[in-house]
Amino acid sequence: MSGARTELTLGPNLFNWAPETWRDFYFRIAEEAPVSVVYLGETICSKRAPLFRDHYEAVAERLRAAGKTVVHTTLGETASRLDRRLVSDVCERTSELVEANDASAAFHLRGRPHCIGPLMNVYNEETLRFLAAKGAQNICLPIELPSSAIGVLCAAAGPAKVTIEVQVFGRQSLALSARCYHARAHGRTKDTCLFVCENDPDGLVLSTLERKPFLVANGVQTLSWEYLNLVQEIPALKAAGVSRYRLSPHSCDMVRVATAFRSVLDGDLTVAEALACLEELPLDAPFSNGFHHGRPGYGWTALTGTAPH
Amino acid sequence: MNDHVAPRRPELVCPAGTPASLRTAVDAGADAVYCGLQNATNARNFPGLNFSPDELGKSVDYAHARGAKVLLAVNTFPPAGQFQLWKDAIGIAASVAADAIIVADIGVAAYAAREFPQLRLHLSVQAGASSPEAIRFHCEEFNVRRVVLPRILTVAEIADIHRQIPCEIEAFVFGNIGMMAEGRCSLTNYVTGVSTNMDGVCSPAADVHYEEEADGTLTTKLGSFVIDRYGCGENGGYPTICKGRYSCSAQPEPYYAFEEPRSLNLSALLPDLMRAGVTALKIEGRQRSRAYVRSVVAAFRKAVDEIMTGKQPSLTDLIALTEGHKETQGAFQSKSWR
Repeated sequence: MSGARTELTLGPNLFNWAPETWRDFYFRIAEEAPVSVVYLGETICSKRAPLFRDHYEAVAERLRAAGKTVVHTTLGETASRLDRRLVSDVCERTSELVEANDASAAFHLRGRPHCIGPLMNVYNEETLRFLAAKGAQNICLPIELPSSAIGVLCAAAGPAKVTIEVQVFGRQSLALSARCYHARAHGRTKDTCLFVCENDPDGLVLSTLERKPFLVANGVQTLSWEYLNLVQEIPALKAAGVSRYRLSPHSCDMVRVATAFRSVLDGDLTVAEALACLEELPLDAPFSNGFHHGRPGYGWTALTGTAPH
Repeated sequence: MNDHVAPRRPELVCPAGTPASLRTAVDAGADAVYCGLQNATNARNFPGLNFSPDELGKSVDYAHARGAKVLLAVNTFPPAGQFQLWKDAIGIAASVAADAIIVADIGVAAYAAREFPQLRLHLSVQAGASSPEAIRFHCEEFNVRRVVLPRILTVAEIADIHRQIPCEIEAFVFGNIGMMAEGRCSLTNYVTGVSTNMDGVCSPAADVHYEEEADGTLTTKLGSFVIDRYGCGENGGYPTICKGRYSCSAQPEPYYAFEEPRSLNLSALLPDLMRAGVTALKIEGRQRSRAYVRSVVAAFRKAVDEIMTGKQPSLTDLIALTEGHKETQGAFQSKSWR
């Protein structure tokens, strides 16, 4: 596994961007970003999915024409009728790969090749083997899994004929709820939200009573304030057998992010050089890598002696 | 809700953090008691709580002798390389003749269904199965016989799900209101390095700090993060991230961004839940005292029995047992909660 070509992937956009911004973002990814797989679709809120529908096929076609694999992704939490219809529509409308982010999608995708997303809990070898037997061919691991477990899963992945993917950049999904916290912050409910999440292209920052930024609300999702950055860990992840590296989209220059990670994967940049390049991004929060090292997720462990920010 | 449908007699499923609590719950009228082993295999892995294998065996005997069932929660997610502890937990459940195990992880469910097909499987709320498809996935793949529904559905939605799944429904009626989809929450791990999913701990006591200032102001912290602050004489809650007070650009003052510190109390909806096809009513609180268990179980025992005989249930005393004496019906009554 460790000798195989590594792939850089772009996870689904988690935020409610203006439809044209969304479209143009992916057009630029198609033309300029060295990613080979792009996960497309709505994972957070079924009410948002129609906003992008007019541009969806054009975006998918542009990505395919640029040689990228399009994987259609599904909701992280499926409860309402609208949620359930969206999940079954995505699973049924395409012959391309679909990513399951909860057991509702896994139900529809059983028996055909599919992907498992990071919002579905694959913590161990038994779960990996079970899902592989049902047709899973790529599994993106939950963000809180420490490196020790990632190594064991990579060893099990080869015989089970699945690839292991790990998120290496972007705010981390910490929780999902039935309640929309964006709507609540504006005194509304999920049903009366008026799509107020569109104001926050990287989420709504929640600070503690000491005015310390802490969490980020994105609709029903709660994200980390810090941006996950595992660029330092790439050599160890490659050695463990991780073959896919996922970037989670933000409003910063994702082409620059992708280029930095691709260069490290290819050995064209050192970890320190890539980290320095990523530190120049105008982000509103520092980097974190705590979960990977079995520590609090917000923390940062410097492996190269260079502390970010 | 269809008022013409007669309520069905539900099983009252009660929490037991210790063998003494289990006996208390059984004596107070529980039809079933759920508990966990003293390790990371259950989602209430707190010091001083839970059962040794020997205690579990004796407790099962005590319950069975009085016509009550014992359900063992094995409802955390084993990280790769550490699965043996979870296999052992399932083996223990089978050896002491527990009536069911409550599982969340697909791997644990697959192992149990394969190795102990006679052992009854319930799907934990930690599995986060909130749609008929997700529930059917677990029923069809692992022969799950009952699902514990997430605390995010209205009673009408529960009735709708009941018609579309091939297993029993267990619904929470009292105790903590889980704000985040269970089994998908890494907030505690983000702050403390201890994982709710893998270690079975939400807001570990070792990371909780109370800081009192000279004027009596009480600040509650989890790890290095302030979760809430209370004026002199105010009732200070336990610092749980999803019940904390934060500020954001859309609010003029700090506010409870996720939920106020209050408890779930569905006692007023009991007849509706019983008509909706709920087989089992679950009371949350394995970390609670025996006195709490006795009061809540006895109150619900009386209420269910009263409903079954056509009487109006009396449950006003339960408000005294809710968090901060504040209660909510959460998502169960109306979608406006969302």
